[in-house]
Amino acid sequence: MDLIADHISHRFDALDVLDDVSFTVRAGEVVAIVGPSGCGKSTLLSVLGGLLRPSGGAAELRGAPPKDSLNPLTFVFQDFALLPWCTVEENVAFPLEHTALSAAERRGIVDDALRRTGLFDFRGTYPKQLSGGMRQRVGIARALAVKPAILLMDEPLSALDSQTRELLMEDFVRLLADGAMGAVYVTHNLEEAVRLADRIVVLSRRPGRIRKVVPIAMTRSERGDRNVREKLLALQDELWSLIREEAIDAEREVQHA
Amino acid sequence: MLERAPSETPSDIDTKSRPVEFRGAGFTPSTGRASGWIALALVIALWQLAGSAGWVNPLFLPPPSAIAVATYKLAMSGSLWQHLGWSVMRIGTGWLLGTVAGVIVGFAIGLSTLARGVGITFISALFPIPKIALLPLLILWLGIGEEPKIATIALGVFFSTAISVYSGVDAVPRNLIRMAQSFNVPFHAIVRRVIWPGALPSILAGFRITASVALLLVVSAEMIGAQYGIGAFVLQAGNLMQTDQLLAGVVILSLFGLAVGKLINLLEARLLHWR
Repeated sequence: MDLIADHISHRFDALDVLDDVSFTVRAGEVVAIVGPSGCGKSTLLSVLGGLLRPSGGAAELRGAPPKDSLNPLTFVFQDFALLPWCTVEENVAFPLEHTALSAAERRGIVDDALRRTGLFDFRGTYPKQLSGGMRQRVGIARALAVKPAILLMDEPLSALDSQTRELLMEDFVRLLADGAMGAVYVTHNLEEAVRLADRIVVLSRRPGRIRKVVPIAMTRSERGDRNVREKLLALQDELWSLIREEAIDAEREVQHA
Repeated sequence: MLERAPSETPSDIDTKSRPVEFRGAGFTPSTGRASGWIALALVIALWQLAGSAGWVNPLFLPPPSAIAVATYKLAMSGSLWQHLGWSVMRIGTGWLLGTVAGVIVGFAIGLSTLARGVGITFISALFPIPKIALLPLLILWLGIGEEPKIATIALGVFFSTAISVYSGVDAVPRNLIRMAQSFNVPFHAIVRRVIWPGALPSILAGFRITASVALLLVVSAEMIGAQYGIGAFVLQAGNLMQTDQLLAGVVILSLFGLAVGKLINLLEARLLHWR
């Protein structure tokens, strides 16, 4: 199943946030969206996921979702968005509660998602008892439980410390390795984008327009190789050169606001 | 250190180690239960001493022992239970009616644009009215029985409940609602599984306030127009200068308020254990 951004524009009152953004996320592909602060990355993700009606253009799906998918477009949130009154297990089961699945089927799916994310032994704990990294794992397990075709990830690692980010990045690489699931990965961290994406969409400063689409011509498993570090760093430099001037302007704009 | 001690030379400061001065004390008060009970016991002892020693006229301030005796006699005669029973019935019915209506209206205001527009206008206009001032009007409308007293309590409870409920709904993190929407969770399930538990801390805090409002209003209403009830009993005792019985009534009201507070504490511990 493909996800298409078709000439998406959006404005909040008098503020133009996105302007004519078009691209396609093909089945199993990982597309990162980067750009300076306030360029509309998260707004674009909300439009793509159907949580925000755009002022112009549309988000469209092409092709059938996997037959067992319960929620083809599934978000992983920056702030985890866990229900604090529910245990880990209840949080993961939450999106399944209103489905036609039997209790036994739900339990099987939840147990599988908890095992895949290393949370099975923590299923009875509450979010406040978990570290930030573990909380985000619950968010990932909840997303996996509905068998998405495309994960919509809104800066999923930005609230975490660097060691936890590294561990979760390894998890993402593993989860996306077989190409069964695509992803749109919004981030301000160029290293994460280069590490995970097949293509990187660089947005300009507000209103966000596509400045460049940078393909990464190597598999994710190859990117772990020490010999390609130089290439990846060169890519990061290229991306930073595209963003740097506008990032400085965006920072000044925020400071003067 | 901005200034050096005069006895120390620069070379001493460079070579001698000294502890870093602790500056982090204070601003972290903890709840010492024992100190509270000791203070209460001291006040009661002082009060008793003032009465026994004749420092104050017992007609104006009877000693705690006299209040205890009066309470015991009231309990033994059955009068206490009769008055308390009427008050509890009025509070219970009025509180329940006001709470149910307040929760429904509060949720409507929290979830619907139309209800918010209409509801907040009316609540803003009517909330500041002292509800006891409406009792004569309610007596005209509903007669001189229990209905106007119960309606006064219900009105007082309703507004505070509605405000605490819609404030609670407003305070539910929007990211949780968006998360549920992103999983196509139906509206009723979002209300039941996300908004209700998210608003519960504010709703229970509202219960604490409305319990006090109900107690205040029942006493006021009973003082205006009732034969039985703690408010009526306190007024009668005051008219007859039976200050020991008057204060016995006040103590019973205080104990009733404490019991309701404890009940809400239990409810919070049970329903908000995740906090």
